[in-house]
Amino acid sequence: MLGAILSGDFPRSRVLTVVLLAIFVGLAITPFAIPGAAAINTAAKICYFIVLVVSYDLLLGYTGIVSFAHAMFFGIGGYGVGLSLYALGPTWPVILLGLAIGLVVAIVLALLIGLLSLRVKAIFFAMITLAVASAFAILATQFNEFTGGEDGRSFRVPEMLRPGYRLFDGEVFGTAITGRLLTYYLVFVSAVLLFLVALRIVNSPFGRVLQAIRENPMRAEALGYRVVYYRTMANCLAAAMAVCAGAMSALWLRYTGPDTTLSFAIMLDILLMVVIGGMGTMYGAVVGATLFIVAQNYLQRLMGIAAAATEGIPILPKLLHPDRWLLFLGVLFVLSVYFFPTGIIGKLRGSNKA
Amino acid sequence: MAEALLTLEGVHTHIGEYHILQGVDLVVPRGGITVLLGRNGAGKTTTLRTIMGLWKPSRGTVTFDGRAIGGTDTPTIAQGGIAYVPETMAVFADLTVEENMILAARQGPPDPARLDWIFGFFPAMKKFWQYPAGVLSGGQKQMLAISRAIIEKRTLILIDEPTKGLAPAIIESMIGAFAELKRDTTILLVEQNFRFAASLGDQVAVMDDGRVVHRGTMAGLSGDETLQTRLLGLSLDAHQ
Repeated sequence: MLGAILSGDFPRSRVLTVVLLAIFVGLAITPFAIPGAAAINTAAKICYFIVLVVSYDLLLGYTGIVSFAHAMFFGIGGYGVGLSLYALGPTWPVILLGLAIGLVVAIVLALLIGLLSLRVKAIFFAMITLAVASAFAILATQFNEFTGGEDGRSFRVPEMLRPGYRLFDGEVFGTAITGRLLTYYLVFVSAVLLFLVALRIVNSPFGRVLQAIRENPMRAEALGYRVVYYRTMANCLAAAMAVCAGAMSALWLRYTGPDTTLSFAIMLDILLMVVIGGMGTMYGAVVGATLFIVAQNYLQRLMGIAAAATEGIPILPKLLHPDRWLLFLGVLFVLSVYFFPTGIIGKLRGSNKA
Repeated sequence: MAEALLTLEGVHTHIGEYHILQGVDLVVPRGGITVLLGRNGAGKTTTLRTIMGLWKPSRGTVTFDGRAIGGTDTPTIAQGGIAYVPETMAVFADLTVEENMILAARQGPPDPARLDWIFGFFPAMKKFWQYPAGVLSGGQKQMLAISRAIIEKRTLILIDEPTKGLAPAIIESMIGAFAELKRDTTILLVEQNFRFAASLGDQVAVMDDGRVVHRGTMAGLSGDETLQTRLLGLSLDAHQ
């Protein structure tokens, strides 16, 4: 049963199993366990970033394709749902329509980028995706009237997903069942389902061919597999999943704009999450995304406390100022690459085997 | 001689600015093993890669089973019934032995009887079935690459120096496997180990400087020391 759900791809390490269970249970009970908007916001962000990072790992880790256009597909999902809701009103069919538009646009773009450039060397493909993504980000900010430009668009979501909505009077475990909570669980359940779909894809015969291509495209061709076809398919699948992640983020934030979806900073975050977690393992993407976002949200707070505590000592408070959090994240990243060259998951699974 | 399964006529192949094959004429008859001999750099591997479509011939024709495959892409050639075992122990190291084998079985799940037949030659494949191919020894990787090529019946198998760097005992078991394999499959074998080549080969072609300089039967070459010395620079005895 569990084997079927996980497509036979078990964590294969006791520590990893515990970590994954902790993440799953933690995300499942956050709205009830930790009061306040900060916790649930962080948890929701982790959910849609898991989908985003998992889909990127399908490209980078499983197929060996370096793409800088992933944030763009994430943005297409966000803008698709966001602008549809903004223009056509807050109803469920509009969400589906927005998602469908996003999927079609993303898959067509992924197909075009793939067919035009997956035949060339990896570095050229990476450059082309970078160019397309930059052009798209500029277009999104330039079409001011349509997209809201730099400011993005805030929009209303269906009644059931609004903070003011109550599923019923009264509380469950001391928490009111608001529209916000329902949105969270919509995002959470979607993330779990999409993760399982990704797990199924990489453990299918198709996924096996992707891994063969990653290792040696020439050998895969000699076995009769069309490398360009498989790479393009992987590109389209990853793009479609990123669109779903974008739609989830739009529903959660009730806002879509260049900084939350399209920016290069997001692309860098995705890359860091995949590398920290471990490339080529779906579970790595989960751990990487969770660690990174928790660090992003709580490292600053921790540093604020540390800066206050070290007041009076020269240099240290300035070094520990919350604005320097990226510096520390950088240090953490360098350390993690140094000590876990195969990512956290590679380390955990490796130590399990030995 | 049996009818020709594979024919190369005046094939030229350029790799970048280098003119590697300079008019290769080669006939591989259906059935048995044709051995391609020649010193390093004679163009043997390039010949195999050209047949497989990994290099495109700049001139000349390649005909396989009655069809011209000179400009065809590699996947189509592979699907047409040619398997290729490169000399670099070309396994997918991150995938298990099982996954490596399944990848090569294009017509559905591998046939259990066929697998047993392969395990008969290479028992190590059964033993390490669930192991990542990367942990296998050099000889076992070579066996996996060959097993992968024969998991389904192929019309023609191109094998590039299967004995390179292998222990004599493994080479012996490989001779047994190839002797049985050649009963129902045609093999084009590139080999430096003359004893191995001589014990298996039916036909032989010797290459030098991007051309085939001698074609004949293996028996004819291994029985003629003068010819060996002229073509290969060494006699069979010296090879042993």
